[in-house]
Amino acid sequence: MEVKQVNFDDSPPLEVHDLTVAYHRKPVLWGIDLVVPKGKLVGIVGPNGAGKSTLIKAALGLVPVSSGWVKIGGVPARKNLKRVGYVPQRESVDWDFPVTVMDVVLMGRYGHLGMIKRPAARDKEIARECLEKVKMLPFANRQIANLSGGQQQRVFLARALAQESDLYFMDEPFAGVDAATEAAIIALLHELKDRGKTLMVVHHDLPTARNYFDMLLLLNMRVVAFGPTEQVFTYELLQETYGGRLTILSEVAEAVRQRG
Amino acid sequence: MGVYHRGTESTERGGGRAFSFFSVSSVPLWLILLCFATQNVWAVRIGEISETTFGEQVVRFFTFRDPALRYALVGSILLGINCGLLGGFLVVRKMALVGDSLSHAVLPGVALGFMWNMTKDPVAIFIGATIAGLLGAVVVNLIKETTLLKEDTALGLVLAAFFAAGMVLITIIQRLETANKSGVDKYLFGQAAAISLEDVKLMSAVTALSVAAITIFYKGFLVTSFDAGFARATGFPVRVFHYALMLLLAFSVVISLQAVGVVLVSAMLITPAAAAYMLTDRMHRLLVLASVFGIFAGACGAFFSFLRPNLPTGPFMVLGASAVFVGAFLFGPKHGVVVRWWMHRSRAHRTKRENTLKSIFHVLEARNFHGEGVTLAELAERRRETIEEARQQAANLRAHGQATLNEDTMYLTPDGMQRAMAIVRNHRLWELYLTNAAQIAVDHVHEDAEKIEHVLGEDVVRELERRLDFAQKDPHGRVIPSVADIRKAAAAPERVGATGYGN
Repeated sequence: MEVKQVNFDDSPPLEVHDLTVAYHRKPVLWGIDLVVPKGKLVGIVGPNGAGKSTLIKAALGLVPVSSGWVKIGGVPARKNLKRVGYVPQRESVDWDFPVTVMDVVLMGRYGHLGMIKRPAARDKEIARECLEKVKMLPFANRQIANLSGGQQQRVFLARALAQESDLYFMDEPFAGVDAATEAAIIALLHELKDRGKTLMVVHHDLPTARNYFDMLLLLNMRVVAFGPTEQVFTYELLQETYGGRLTILSEVAEAVRQRG
Repeated sequence: MGVYHRGTESTERGGGRAFSFFSVSSVPLWLILLCFATQNVWAVRIGEISETTFGEQVVRFFTFRDPALRYALVGSILLGINCGLLGGFLVVRKMALVGDSLSHAVLPGVALGFMWNMTKDPVAIFIGATIAGLLGAVVVNLIKETTLLKEDTALGLVLAAFFAAGMVLITIIQRLETANKSGVDKYLFGQAAAISLEDVKLMSAVTALSVAAITIFYKGFLVTSFDAGFARATGFPVRVFHYALMLLLAFSVVISLQAVGVVLVSAMLITPAAAAYMLTDRMHRLLVLASVFGIFAGACGAFFSFLRPNLPTGPFMVLGASAVFVGAFLFGPKHGVVVRWWMHRSRAHRTKRENTLKSIFHVLEARNFHGEGVTLAELAERRRETIEEARQQAANLRAHGQATLNEDTMYLTPDGMQRAMAIVRNHRLWELYLTNAAQIAVDHVHEDAEKIEHVLGEDVVRELERRLDFAQKDPHGRVIPSVADIRKAAAAPERVGATGYGN
């Protein structure tokens, strides 16, 4: 919290008001209201089809919204995309694409560079630092096709770091990564949080969600609950989020039991 | 056209009986063509092409007297650059079929552009074809979004329907008596000789536009192609870039039609780019390579179709491009089939030598390293093979300086001894590691170690030794040669004796 971001002032980093998203007239998200405070690591949790990814995509303007608005740092999201970092799902790209690890991380600088300017030495330096943070610097000149799943995920993280944003959206950064990478990523997320960044992370593993995040957003097409983890991670609220899905309920019961 | 044919005739007189285009006789023919060239004539009109240094250089190089050939060559090169650049993006975006569809969809536009005032007016045809191509793209999108049909089906539908409509229109044009119909049928398989100065100007303009757009907005084209979601989240208008690419693609197809023909334009888009894709893993290099291959293919087409009158250009271009692709497929340094086969072969040979070395070591070890030499009979017995096979192996080792052969007795050189010990050490370390660390039964580890011993690197071996607390014996109770032993072997004089390696 010691880093004072001028652009954000006192406005919340993310404010969502009455957001409704529909695919082919079938609603996916209903009247989402959300005010996320600064410097929090927020887990977005909910069953499959709850609209977790859609919420992120709607906030970034990647999917059309039916109604409502999203403000980032008090400014309409579309006008403040430079303040936002994004880690998409790993499967969303073709990993055989002819680019190197460095090329991908440099893409994180594109938002700052605008349409025409080329990455300068300074951008490359930033990209190298970000690669170093995720321990991928030795792989900088590798083609991305030669990476393991965990390495791919770390490249995406490095790219988001290179965006030097105040608000980060991460879509399942822990999907398909090994335990060591998962631990490294969570440490990095905490470091970012300690530097006053706000992180919104889609996560689908309930037991770890309780330990990883300051705040949880329980989502199932609508906001079931949003608040500090210790207040939100209760049997009743999780049951409400996951409905009658028995397998998950037992998982939840186990998680709650461990906590008690 | 007329000028071009005169030029062709003179070529025939010079070239004599050169009717096989791929034969050696085409080389003197080429030289004779150069002899016909006079200075300065080319400069008159080609000087107007200001955008393409490549084009200018190649024209200077070949310096043909015949302007039609110059137009054909310059035009073919320009279209090669265009197709290579746009094709590069098609290939990495997995849109090869889109190129195919678009190139067929332009045909009715070509016919209508011709019908506009019944001449081959490049601008009218350009506009007609571009509109038809874009209309095709819109129809594909419409089918995709309003029905459950997938993109490949939609593309196939549009391709066929538009192409059929174009064929009907072209047939109608050819039946009209009023039409100055020279060349409309050439749009099917392409005739570079039909390229006029007007065409070359148009092609130059389009090439300049493509090169400039892709160079200036390279970042945008790259990031929207790789990761559309991220691109949009960083403020790049993905749709604008997509449609810009489609428009440039339509332009490229349209300017290529005359030389390549509707039927094969898509090959000029895909083949050079596919060859480039096999040779590099950076996008900008892929684009440059694809353009270079496009230029080569274009020049091939212009050249070979020039050799005899009325030869279609498109097929020769595509054959040229395909030859490049086959070359990349076979000899590409990373993914080339031949290179991979060669590496596999040399690995197999090394493994075989190492197994022989190991056997020699085993023979020596079995008699507690008494005596230096190992006879071929001993080796054959150990390896369960014939004396002849053993002799062949010995010769192989000698060729690599790992053993000497005196009569029928082999002696390992220091180098051979060192390698033999290293392999045995690798094998035994790995066996020990598997039984200790991975809890695999002692009688299960040998097969695995047989493979691993050949690939363990020095670093991994050090790590293994450390993890196994520098163990002396393998799970079968045999001694693991240590690094010190191996160093001693390497330092030993030729014809190493028994002492020093055993115990």
